[in-house]
Amino acid sequence: MSTVKIVEAPEGIGGQGFFATSLDSVVGLARKNSIWPLPFATSCCGIEFMSTMSSHYDLARFGSERLSFTPRQADLLMVMGTIAKKMGPVLRQVYEQMAEPKWVIAVGACASSGGIFDTYSVLQGIDRIIPVDVYVPGCPPRPEQIIEGVMRIQDLIGKESLRRRNSEDYKKLLEEYMVK
Amino acid sequence: MKTNLEFLAAIKSPDKPEIPYNTLNLGPTHPATHGIFQNVLTMDGERIVHGEQTVGYIHRAFEKIAERRPFYQITPLTDRLNYCSAPINNTGWFLTVEKLLGVQVPKRVDYMRVMVMELARIADHIICNSILGVDTGALTGFTYVYQWREFIYEIYEEICGARLTTNMGRIGGFERDFNAIVFEKTKKFLKEFPPVWREFENLLSRNRIFMDRTIDTGGLTMERALNYGFTGPNLRACGLDYDLRTAEPYCSYEDFKFEIPVGTTGDTYDRFVVRNEEIWQSLSLVEQAMNKIQALEAGVFHADCDKYYLPPKQEVYKNMEALIYHFKIIMGEIDAPVGEVYSAVEGANGELGFYLVSDGGRTPYRLHFRRPCFIYYQAFPEMVRGQLLSDAIVVMSSLNVIAGELDA
Amino acid sequence: MEPISLETIQQHIDSHLSNGIQISQDAFGVFNCELDIKHLYQFVHFLYKDEVLAINFLTDLCGVHYPDQKNKEIGVVYHLQSMKHQLRLRVKVFVSENKPEVPSLTGIYGSANWMERETYDFYGVQFLGHPNLKRILNMDEMLAFPMRKEFPLEDPNREDKIDYQFGR
Ligand code: SF4
Repeated sequence: MSTVKIVEAPEGIGGQGFFATSLDSVVGLARKNSIWPLPFATSCCGIEFMSTMSSHYDLARFGSERLSFTPRQADLLMVMGTIAKKMGPVLRQVYEQMAEPKWVIAVGACASSGGIFDTYSVLQGIDRIIPVDVYVPGCPPRPEQIIEGVMRIQDLIGKESLRRRNSEDYKKLLEEYMVK
Repeated sequence: MKTNLEFLAAIKSPDKPEIPYNTLNLGPTHPATHGIFQNVLTMDGERIVHGEQTVGYIHRAFEKIAERRPFYQITPLTDRLNYCSAPINNTGWFLTVEKLLGVQVPKRVDYMRVMVMELARIADHIICNSILGVDTGALTGFTYVYQWREFIYEIYEEICGARLTTNMGRIGGFERDFNAIVFEKTKKFLKEFPPVWREFENLLSRNRIFMDRTIDTGGLTMERALNYGFTGPNLRACGLDYDLRTAEPYCSYEDFKFEIPVGTTGDTYDRFVVRNEEIWQSLSLVEQAMNKIQALEAGVFHADCDKYYLPPKQEVYKNMEALIYHFKIIMGEIDAPVGEVYSAVEGANGELGFYLVSDGGRTPYRLHFRRPCFIYYQAFPEMVRGQLLSDAIVVMSSLNVIAGELDA
Repeated sequence: MEPISLETIQQHIDSHLSNGIQISQDAFGVFNCELDIKHLYQFVHFLYKDEVLAINFLTDLCGVHYPDQKNKEIGVVYHLQSMKHQLRLRVKVFVSENKPEVPSLTGIYGSANWMERETYDFYGVQFLGHPNLKRILNMDEMLAFPMRKEFPLEDPNREDKIDYQFGR
């Protein structure tokens, strides 16, 4: 017996030789199971990400086998670690370079809110410069938590409407963050 | 093999300006920099003529925070210095405070500390050496040995409950005794890790490709290394047997038998080999420490210093005096003597020093961390001058530069 | 590795330098001395070249701010080390906040380069003769020197974590 698990088909009407469902759900299904993450690992949380990627926890089981180190080909920006103010513009540039659709996950207290570093040099959460979809708490979060975060991103991706990225709301959101 | 000097001669002289140099920007986010540094390299074709680094991309103002925090709250900061081997940093900090306060710790605590510190050193070197493998193209070795780093995390979890940022220990000892599982797991580690590491070593250390990539890249003479303030494995790879564990023994290292491996040329290969050998020495140290701990009477895991050591939690709930101490310690109301101490431990990548100035208040007046990789990373341009771009990557990863420690 | 006593060091220094440098030893075995700024370079250079003491390793360099000491507000602390004798020597110099000028040791120690830049970054100490004295950890645009005591830890412009929510 094969141990390969196959995802369930989305809701739809099926009969002999055909299956009808909405395009949204099919695309969502495909997207959510083949995320290419861009690890933006700056400090301690990045080491936990290494654990998540390597043999013990193995993020590849969730369809994220391929790390994309270039922002152009990434779907998911994983920000792990402290982002100092000096780093802020770099992070924004990386985000701008990513092609739509793109998602962002803030891993760790530092990326989410500045963490224990309430100081003059640390950005108090990356949501001050780019929109964030999922926050993972912890200092550092355990690999299980990081995987959980990725799964929540998968939920979001699976449900997202195909037109969201063209909508006025989305444009407004980007404008709010002054993202080009 | 071309030597470094021939490489240097191969760089065209600057008075032939018809072909201008290229500038290549490596970083701040680049998969091969392992952390956030920017290197602006001036290139002649594929050879590096000059490099300039920009650091500070994750500057978190540790030293400023430390001036506002009582002693116990500084331990979590030290975790985040060299996060690959946090227990060494924790212990180094406690040793500094104990030196200032004049606390004498029992032998058993010393041995317990040696045990966790050496485990941490192994964990750190596992990362550094296996990532060096990744940078030369051998990813499998990394995923293979990383499981054993996970195993060390499990031992940490038994000791203190955390994996990476351990915050392990107290002023004067540990928060609780090592339980039986710690020893069991360590025994398992000592038995099953060596064959794995031997296999990993066999994969690389006599591998033609690996040797060609690493021998004679990023070498530095001992004089230059000392001038640049190198310490730790990187200095030992240059041929000087300087190790704080023997030069200035702390934590009863004088009771242990171990050797200090040294290299000869200080190139990437030497650094790799020195780290490998240090892993073997650390394994023996862990074993010795474990035997010594078990030979001593169980139950001694902290010094007798009620004023600084947090009372057990059950006591705090029942006993007035314990509650008062608990409150005083947590709020940092304990009186520290006025004075200055410099105390250093042999961190996994060099001498990790703490310069603590106390004015008797609840917080340090000034706390300066001597971060080894901040000091030696400045030698990087000199080490890669005249070499290929791909060598620069290997040199950087073999230096074991940790961004969190570098930028403080 | 032979340990060396305070008297030996003092005598040795006195016999070579004539500017009356006083060495003392603290309870932890570290040697201390406080210097006038004009002797610093000469003293450190002498120690570097000297083969008897062999104090030729710069372990650490950092600044300290004492706002209450008039005209000696900023201290620069050097930790020198002799690996031969395993002794540590702490050298301190003090300068005024208004004119914090200290000679740079980059000519002697390559490692002083970044450490001096760090000290400049944190305290604004001008290291005379430094080849590239600019900020290292903080952003170039920053105007203040953040490790001085009057500088607040938290970002003064932050708008979350508002004080009243914390009862401050
Ligand atoms: S959240 Fe904690 S572990 Fe993660 S980067 Fe920040 S300090 Fe490090």
